[in-house]
Amino acid sequence: MKDTVRGWRHIPQRYNLIGSKCLECGKVFFPKRIICPECRRKGQLEDIKLRGEGKIYTYSIINTPTDEFKTIAPYVVAIVELDDGAKITTQIVDCNPEDVKIGDEVEMVFRKIREEGDDGVISYGFKFRIKK
Amino acid sequence: MAGIVGYGVYIPLYRIKVEEIARVWGDDPEIISKGLVVQEKSVPAPDEDTATISVEAARYSVKRAMIDPQKIGAVYVGSESHPYAVKPTATIVAEAVGASPNLTAADFEFACKAGTAGMQACMGLVDSGIVEYGLAVGADTAQGAPGDALEYTASAGGAAYIIGHDNTLADFEDTYSFTTDTPDFYRREGKPYPRHGGRFTGEPAYFKHVIAAAKGIFEKLGSEPSDYDHVVFHQPNGKFYLKAAKKLGFSDEQSRTGLLAPFIGNTYSGATPIGLAAILDIAKAGDRILAVSYGSGAGSDAFSIIVNEEIERKRDTVPKVSELIEKKKYVDYALYAKFKGKLRMA
Repeated sequence: MKDTVRGWRHIPQRYNLIGSKCLECGKVFFPKRIICPECRRKGQLEDIKLRGEGKIYTYSIINTPTDEFKTIAPYVVAIVELDDGAKITTQIVDCNPEDVKIGDEVEMVFRKIREEGDDGVISYGFKFRIKK
Repeated sequence: MAGIVGYGVYIPLYRIKVEEIARVWGDDPEIISKGLVVQEKSVPAPDEDTATISVEAARYSVKRAMIDPQKIGAVYVGSESHPYAVKPTATIVAEAVGASPNLTAADFEFACKAGTAGMQACMGLVDSGIVEYGLAVGADTAQGAPGDALEYTASAGGAAYIIGHDNTLADFEDTYSFTTDTPDFYRREGKPYPRHGGRFTGEPAYFKHVIAAAKGIFEKLGSEPSDYDHVVFHQPNGKFYLKAAKKLGFSDEQSRTGLLAPFIGNTYSGATPIGLAAILDIAKAGDRILAVSYGSGAGSDAFSIIVNEEIERKRDTVPKVSELIEKKKYVDYALYAKFKGKLRMA
């Protein structure tokens, strides 16, 4: 149940890329933060819905996954620099891993992240695909 | 009467050719392909299911509708492959499009016509003034047992419709349904694959209901096939679709645009809604459309729709059906079996 509750708390960020923006310095954070690390106590954070478009900053190809991700291997995990500012770690889907390049433009899609066995809760959220 | 304010479609990237499935089971690909009028079908990626397909289609529909998603008062998702037996897909969709929490939501199930049943429910809520906008989705990741005839067509995809009164791009003239208790195709609780009555799914099931629903709405409106610019039917395969069109007296030109089964297979609850979307993608203001779904069990919902000039402003805002069909990547049977979870893992 602990995992279910944690997953449920993450729904806003995983479904709709809700991050934080500091009204003082303008910096954008994902996931959400409570305190701006730049402005400290002067900072004022508010929720921001990130647009879900950006570029691949760097990536890695996973050839040896854990058992639960065997059906999607080999797969690409990338750090994406969003147009809104923040960097996020995400899977890149619907691609040949060998075709992925740093700098590729990507957009957010909604996918299944993991399942707790065949009778547990299913977690959904963002992944990214290369724009064409 | 209510109308369509926005619509969106999602078709997974992957395809498998009929000849590749026939190769595995030793069937003659030409006989199968010609017999069913299906060349290939869409295949969901391993991380796609009815919820993800519904969300993608729904997000496109909200974008095309150009509305504040918080004004959506009802979300209905029609499918026979909801990821959970208990726990709605509709709540996932509502949350993911930013419509939560002030709305009613539920999952519908009526074989392949649950999506159009959701559209009718939204029309009712909108016309009665209970909600401003309703979101109805028809989506499936259809199941077909390995080696069964259904495996050649059971595919994946979905379409979403925002139903409302203001800024519609097409307006419903009327809807008419024809429903009987006909066990032509079913899946019992807990079973992974459906069973069907073979030829019994034809005349007493598909054709009887589709034709009765079409004739019913003609009678209600005083219209006839020649009054329509486009027609779309449910399409378990291309053959049934073409035969239904011919039986009712529609020309190839009227029925061509909505027929997508040859390229993506049978998307079940998505089939009629996606076919209708393909027509809206090319329709002109003033065009009259007849859409007739079919769900085994059995029933058909018919809709008579007139397109208005708002279509031009909204059409190009999100991907069109033809673009989603053209964007594809073929898989062989082994990858298809892995993607669909047909392999027993250690």
